[in-house]
Amino acid sequence: MPTLTMVLNGHQTSVEVEAGDLLVDVLRDRLQLIGTKIGCGEGECGACTVLVDGLAVTSCIYPALKADGCHVTTIEGLKTDGKLHAIQEAFIQCTAAQCGYCTPGMIMSAYALLSENPDPTVEEIKTSVSGNLCRCTGYYQIVEAIQLAARKLADEGADS
Amino acid sequence: MWREYLFPRSIREALEVLNAHGGDARIIAGGTDLVLQRKQGTCAASIAVDISRIPNLDTIKASPNHILIGAMVTHGQVAASPLIRDHAPVLAQACGKVGGPQTRNVGTLVGNVINGLPAADSAIALTALDAEAEVTSTEGAEWQSVRSLYLGVGQTCVDSCAQIVTALRFRPLRSAQGNAYERLAKRRSLILPILAVAAVAEVVDGRYGDVRIAMGPVAPIPFRAEAAEALLRGRPIGKEAIGLAAIEAAEAAHPRDSVLRGSHEYRQAMVEVLTQRALARATEAAG
Repeated sequence: MPTLTMVLNGHQTSVEVEAGDLLVDVLRDRLQLIGTKIGCGEGECGACTVLVDGLAVTSCIYPALKADGCHVTTIEGLKTDGKLHAIQEAFIQCTAAQCGYCTPGMIMSAYALLSENPDPTVEEIKTSVSGNLCRCTGYYQIVEAIQLAARKLADEGADS
Repeated sequence: MWREYLFPRSIREALEVLNAHGGDARIIAGGTDLVLQRKQGTCAASIAVDISRIPNLDTIKASPNHILIGAMVTHGQVAASPLIRDHAPVLAQACGKVGGPQTRNVGTLVGNVINGLPAADSAIALTALDAEAEVTSTEGAEWQSVRSLYLGVGQTCVDSCAQIVTALRFRPLRSAQGNAYERLAKRRSLILPILAVAAVAEVVDGRYGDVRIAMGPVAPIPFRAEAAEALLRGRPIGKEAIGLAAIEAAEAAHPRDSVLRGSHEYRQAMVEVLTQRALARATEAAG
């Protein structure tokens, strides 16, 4: 069996995989990282979004071996030393989750945006999550949460 | 999914692997279409030959006469590229509409062409740009017009079990050539268009020179409204010429009744509307 080696949430990780495995199944089933959800299984809803080398990808259609040698970040990787990431706090504060199923994917898309564009416009925020479907919230609270997260991160940066 | 997943380190190695497996090995770039086809059982090849680790396939660059786009260049890269935004904005706009951000981060422009859909935004823009594709096999590499690759819905003449499209190229637009992309779709993201029109209009001394109007999906392959293009050549620019060309384009396009895209009448009416809008914007942008 081939081995997938990656830096997963900051940690060097090696796992045996089948040649045809998809990244989401390796994360959930072999590595027990069940924060990443499967919504459609077709790359059309964004629930399974993770970052590979900083880029948001739909892991349900991403061959696992493509991630070999890459940096992979899942929702579990956002918390540091037991403290939630500013984006996670903002989602809670803004009630941007109802059933919560789209939420990890939404947060990962937001994380990708804010890592590259710390001061996005509303249009840029909407575009960044335009590959993530939500059936509960109507999206307003999600956009507000990402705006709040941007402000929180800017304040954190100013304080450090 | 696959019984083997291979990463050749060169085009030559990739072609050798394809030939060694005689139809059971197939090229994968980003995989955003191919993985779905494997899931649905519509792609028989059981060995994936992933070209993403081959050096120098992920670049966009300018040569003396062309802009070249490598086989691993993603839609996201094209949409964000300063070179493409300056010299072929219609392609940057089209690529920016494909799928969603996640799709655009992984899916390649070449892969989109190989997938052979007339509704593909990339296909429409590349057809308007008269783009060419470098089709490579063990026999060598040959440039063919992108338009000539399409055989029917979901079919191109490229055999991905024996050939690799290694690059695309097109002539950068000159300042006299305005361009525009118009797209009609049920929502703003994660959806193929009901109709998209790409127009490139050259204006010289207040008259149309070379005009290209490409659209899809109105036929099994990307469609050029050649009669409308000919009608404009030499005419003074303006509403009257555009209106006539848009009517001509709508008459030449024969979209059929579609459950997904609407009735024949609606689709044909939209050809006229979008062609008129694309030509108006392209004309204004020219010079």
